[in-house]
Amino acid sequence: MLEIKNLHVKLETEDKQILKGVDLVIGAGEVHAIMGPNGSGKSTLSYVLAGREGYEVTAGSATLNNADLLAMDPEVRAAQGLFLAFQYPVEIPGVGNMNFLRTALNAQRKTRGEPEMSAGDFLKLVREKAKALQIDAEMLKRPVNVGFSGGEKKRNEILQMAMLEPKMCILDETDSGLDVDAMKLVADGVNALRSAGRSFLVITHYQRLLDHIKPDVVHIMAAGRIIKTGGPELALEVENNGYADLLAADLETGVK
Amino acid sequence: MGATSPKSEALAVRLAALSRPAGLEHAREQAKARLVAMGLPGKRDEYWRYTDSASLISVDPTPAALFDASDEAPLFDGIDRVKLVFTDGIFDAAASDELTLAGVKITRLSDAPAGHWAEATYGGLEAAGQVPVTRPLACLNSAYATDGFLIHVTGKAAKPISIIYNHSSTTSDAVLHHYVKLDPGAELTLLENGPGAARLSQVLEVDVADGAIFHHIRAQGRDPQRRAITHIFARLGANAVFKSFTLTANGILTRNEVVIEFCGHDAVAHIAGAAMGDGAFHHDDTVFITHGAERCESRQVFKKVLKHGAVGVFQGKILVKKGAQKTDGYQISQALLLDDDSQFLAKPELEIYADDVKCSHGSTSGAIDETALFYLRSRGVPKRAAQSLLVLAFLADAIAEIADEAIAEDIRARLEGWLERHEN
Repeated sequence: MLEIKNLHVKLETEDKQILKGVDLVIGAGEVHAIMGPNGSGKSTLSYVLAGREGYEVTAGSATLNNADLLAMDPEVRAAQGLFLAFQYPVEIPGVGNMNFLRTALNAQRKTRGEPEMSAGDFLKLVREKAKALQIDAEMLKRPVNVGFSGGEKKRNEILQMAMLEPKMCILDETDSGLDVDAMKLVADGVNALRSAGRSFLVITHYQRLLDHIKPDVVHIMAAGRIIKTGGPELALEVENNGYADLLAADLETGVK
Repeated sequence: MGATSPKSEALAVRLAALSRPAGLEHAREQAKARLVAMGLPGKRDEYWRYTDSASLISVDPTPAALFDASDEAPLFDGIDRVKLVFTDGIFDAAASDELTLAGVKITRLSDAPAGHWAEATYGGLEAAGQVPVTRPLACLNSAYATDGFLIHVTGKAAKPISIIYNHSSTTSDAVLHHYVKLDPGAELTLLENGPGAARLSQVLEVDVADGAIFHHIRAQGRDPQRRAITHIFARLGANAVFKSFTLTANGILTRNEVVIEFCGHDAVAHIAGAAMGDGAFHHDDTVFITHGAERCESRQVFKKVLKHGAVGVFQGKILVKKGAQKTDGYQISQALLLDDDSQFLAKPELEIYADDVKCSHGSTSGAIDETALFYLRSRGVPKRAAQSLLVLAFLADAIAEIADEAIAEDIRARLEGWLERHEN
């Protein structure tokens, strides 16, 4: 599904290397988690994959189903099935949430050469998906994310994901700012979308989210590289011991 | 100031080229006297610092090429209305409906018979609106307007009055003046659209009596080279409602002045504008609202979208007189600059002499929010569509001031059309 090879990324305006050779392969239907200390490059990786401006890829590649992801505009990546759930969902005053969802859905369909979804079918679908995430009609009417609580914003991200039915979902610290109940709700929303044809990359600081969204593979990222890969037990190790041991071990490997 | 000063010389030259139409002699004479006392506006006048008045006061108008707007259906097409048409400032009876409407009496300014109510009122609101800021071009209009409508609304008008201003001569110079008098409890919607002329001067006086309601929606015509100087002078009685929205897309020079005075308690006045300019475009909203009574609400919402060197100006003032307690005054002026070449000049002012009021004002200019743009694109919305969505979102607050949803939708469609035509 997603294949990242030796990805090097720096800030466009500064001579600051953030990703220093990331390798990552996520197969269809798999759930991978990336954990790591602050500043390790996790969010940068998600932004670069989604196509945000301000970054420069200096080496390496990223492909989605063998297509060169980095050569596509953000909207094309989305139409090809990439979805990024933002750590900080953006408020857009003046654009109704419903209108936004419908515009996005039909824009993707158009890009893929599919017919637009009728207003009736859309309404039916959005009501069904919103209900599962406990998003009421009022939230659908309001401008995108404006005045939403932290939990509402994150649920709204999952609603978009559910509506757009992407193939490769990246969740950037979707657990941040959520209380236990809200996290469970969001995790249930994500789990409902798990399928053989859909993959997930879950970026998080904490093991807690991974209790709810059980990953197949866990990666530890530090200083712009993935320094260790393992099973779900790796997340528990981090939870118990912190990153210090892993970082020290990596340093030793580097020295040798 | 002596009779030989440059300012009075310029005025003498201008006046020499004009002849005063018949009718309403006294009111016109007084308007001319006001003008002579003020002189014509120039760069040194505080309220003309950002807008060059030269082409608005010149003897001959700068020619304006004709523009074919037939790629869009005429605005207000689907609305049942009384249609009145001016072409280059000249009334076109053949293209107009009869001047009859239940609840309303309409007289042409050029036909006003002796003893008409306008003899006592014409130019009166304009004269009252000359303090504390002078508006000489409105005096010029009152003195020399060749036509217009005197509209007396006695009840609830059965349908809107729709005035259409066509432009068919490259050198036309139209001077039109309307007076709308609403009796207590009366109600009227006035629709206006079209460029009017190469150069259009227009004054609209609106006297909204106690409990009367006046809605006004205007679109100024897409002719890129047209020029316009317009004034609205409104006086509101107790519990009166006045709502005015103006769409300006294109036009090399537009100055819209709005002067409103609250004379009775609990009245409401909302004025909104959406202006879109690409290239040679200078658009000036100059507003003055006087709260002279208790518990009145005024709201100003002006939005401008500017690119390729377009210029936007906003000068808005709220004056709250002593005793106008519980005033609720709100003013926002914002520009969305789509490139680095465009500029927005804003001068918001508040002057408050009452101690129990709620007044706020804000003014911003900025570019498209890149974060929001990326957010939309990351959901699959192509860049241009995402930009248009954000521009429309920026204008939404101004359009929200249009009460009629069908008209608001029509205005929105025109803004979308403009954005499509001005993608690059």
